[in-house]
Amino acid sequence: MEDRQPVLELQNVSVGYDSPAGMVQAVNDVSLKIYENTIVGLIGESGSGKSTLGNAIMHLLKNNAVLTSGTIKVMGRDVYSLTKNELRQFRWSQMAMVFQSAMNALNPVLTVEDQIVDVFLSHDKRMSKQAAKKRARELLEIVSIDPAHLKSYPHELSGGMRQRVVIAIAIALDPKLVIMDEPTTALDVVVQRSILDKIKEIQKIKKFAILFISHDFSLVSELASKVAIMYAGRFIEVTDSQSLMASKAHHPYTEGLIRAIPHLTADEVTIEGIPGNPPNLVELPTGCAYHPRCRYANDLCKRVRPEIRHVENRDIECHLYETVQK
Amino acid sequence: MRYVINRFGFFVLSLWAAITINFILPRLMPGNPADAMFAKFQGQLTPAAIDAMKKAYGIGQSNLWQQYMDYLHGLFTFNWGLSFMQYPTPVSDIIKSSVPWTLGLVGISTLISVFLGTTLGVYISWKRKGLLDNTLPIVSMIFQAMPYFWMALLFVFIFGFKLEWFPLSHGYDPSLTPGWNGSFLYSMLSHAFLPGLTLLLGSLSGWIVGMRNNMINTLGEDYVTFAEAKGVRTSRLMFSYAARNAILPQLTSFAIAIGNVVSGSILTEQVFSYPGIGNQLTSAVTSQDFPMIQASFLLIAISVLVANLIVDLLYSRLDPRIRTGGLSHEG
Repeated sequence: MEDRQPVLELQNVSVGYDSPAGMVQAVNDVSLKIYENTIVGLIGESGSGKSTLGNAIMHLLKNNAVLTSGTIKVMGRDVYSLTKNELRQFRWSQMAMVFQSAMNALNPVLTVEDQIVDVFLSHDKRMSKQAAKKRARELLEIVSIDPAHLKSYPHELSGGMRQRVVIAIAIALDPKLVIMDEPTTALDVVVQRSILDKIKEIQKIKKFAILFISHDFSLVSELASKVAIMYAGRFIEVTDSQSLMASKAHHPYTEGLIRAIPHLTADEVTIEGIPGNPPNLVELPTGCAYHPRCRYANDLCKRVRPEIRHVENRDIECHLYETVQK
Repeated sequence: MRYVINRFGFFVLSLWAAITINFILPRLMPGNPADAMFAKFQGQLTPAAIDAMKKAYGIGQSNLWQQYMDYLHGLFTFNWGLSFMQYPTPVSDIIKSSVPWTLGLVGISTLISVFLGTTLGVYISWKRKGLLDNTLPIVSMIFQAMPYFWMALLFVFIFGFKLEWFPLSHGYDPSLTPGWNGSFLYSMLSHAFLPGLTLLLGSLSGWIVGMRNNMINTLGEDYVTFAEAKGVRTSRLMFSYAARNAILPQLTSFAIAIGNVVSGSILTEQVFSYPGIGNQLTSAVTSQDFPMIQASFLLIAISVLVANLIVDLLYSRLDPRIRTGGLSHEG
C-alpha cells in the first residue's frame, strides 16, 4: 500500500501570515498522505488553519500568507516548483477546489455555460467552443441540473444549484484531487444531504481523492475514511473514521469533540462542550497548545510540546496518551 | 423587455416634467425682457416703443395656458422662438451653430477621460503597489482639486500667452473659412487642445481612482479567485471576471458626466471664449433672453435624460441581475 504514489503528500508543511506582530503560524509542521479514491476529512475549529492549508495546497495563498517550510506534492510534483504557466495548467487538471463560500464563487455577469466553457478553453487551446459546450452540458447532467440552466445566470439559481455548478466546474477536467472547503456550510440540512450524496456518488465513479475540510465533526466522520483533526495549526490526531465512533483512545481534544455530538438514540441527551476558547495564534500556549483546555493536563504538558506518536493505526500528539487510556 | 418599456415610460414622464418646469421657471423670474431693454436704453425709449416691443416678443398678450400650448407646439416643430438679444435670429439657429462646438470639445474630452481613466484604473489595480499605483492617483487628484477655471487661466497664460504654443481663444482661426479641409481642421484642433486638456485633467482622477477602488474590491471577490484557480487566462480574468464587474458603478458616473457635457463647460468656454452653448447660455441669462434660456435649459435636461436612458439600457446589457429586477428564483 505504501509503495503507491500518493495523490497528495504534505511534508512538514508550515504556513505563516506575515503580520505586524510578526509571523503568525497558521499551519504548523503538518504531514499527510492521501491516496487515490479515498476521502480524507480535515476537521478543526474556526481559525485552526484548515482553509489556509487548503489554499496552500492549491498555491492560492493570499493576504500575506506564505508557505514558510515543507513541501506540498500533488501527483508527485512539487506544487511550489511550478512556473506560473505550468501552475495554471496544473491546477484544475490535477487538483481542483470547491470554495468555502461557493455561493460567491460564480461570476454574477456570466452565464453558467460561459463559466464552465472557460475551464475547457483555458486548458485546451485546440478545443472548439462547440465541443466545450457539449462537455458543459454533460457536466450539468452529472450533477443533476437541467441543462436548460446552461443559459442561466448565477442569481437565477438556488444556493444548492449554485453549489452543484461549482462542483461541476471542479470536476470538469477529471482532477486527481479535489479539495472541498466547507462545501455545504451555507446550505440548509436537506440540501446539504443531497449535495453530500452527490459528491459521494461522483467520487465513486471518478475515483478521485477528496480532502474534505469542515468543522462539522459528524458529517466528516461519516463521509471520510480517514480524518485529520487540526488544532492551532497542527494535526493533533490523524485516524481512521471508524475509531471515531467511540470516545476512547483518542487525543483529549478529539474526545471532547466526540462528546459534543448529540446522540439521537440516547435516553438522556447530554451534550458536553469543550471549555475555553481556541488559542490566539500570535501567543500560542507553551508546551501542548491544547493544555489550557485539557482536563488531563499536567506539568509536562505545560512545558514540552508533545511529539507525534504512531499507535494503533493512528497518529496522536499527546504526552498522556498511554497514561490516560484506561 | 418589461424593463426596457419601464425605462422608456419613465423617460417620457420625466421629459414632460422637464419641459413643463422649463416653461414655468423663467416666468417666475422678476422682470421681463422689454423692461430690461427699456432699462438698457436708459429712458431713450418711449412707452409706445416698449408696447411695440412687447407685442413683437409676445409678452403679456395671452393667458398662461395659451402660452403653454404655443410653447409645446413650437417645441415639436422646432420653432423655438426668436432670440431677444440677437433679434430676429431664431433660437434654433443659435443652438445649431453653438452646440456642435460644445459637443465636440466637451463630449470628446469626456469620452477620452472616461476611457483613459478607466483603463488606467484597471491597470494600476492589477499592478497594485507598483510605481504607477503609488503616484498616478495622487498626481491626478492634485489636478482635479484645482478649481478648473483657474487651471484654465494658468494654461492660457503659460501655453498660450508666454510660450505661444496654442491660440488664446475662440474655436478656430477667424481668417479661415469653415470647411472640411486640413488647415481648418488643424486650426480647430489646436484651438480645442487647451480647453480639452483642462477638462481632461479636471476629471481624470475621478475615473482612475473610482475604477481602481472598484477593481480592488472585485479582485477580492471569491469568483475572481475561483476563476484564477480554474486556470482562466490572465487577460480574460482581468476583463471578463474582474473589470466586467468593477465597471458597473462607473456607468452611473458616466451617465452623470454625459448629462453634464452640455452644461458643464460654461466656465471653460468663458475662459477660452469658446463658441459653444455654455457661452451663449451665460449671455442669455444675463440679458433675460427667455427663448434662448428655455431652449438651453431644455437641451440640458434632455441630454441628462437621454444619457440616463442610454446608461440604464446599457446597464441591463452588462448586468443580468438588472433585467430581472434583482429577484432570484429560489428553489
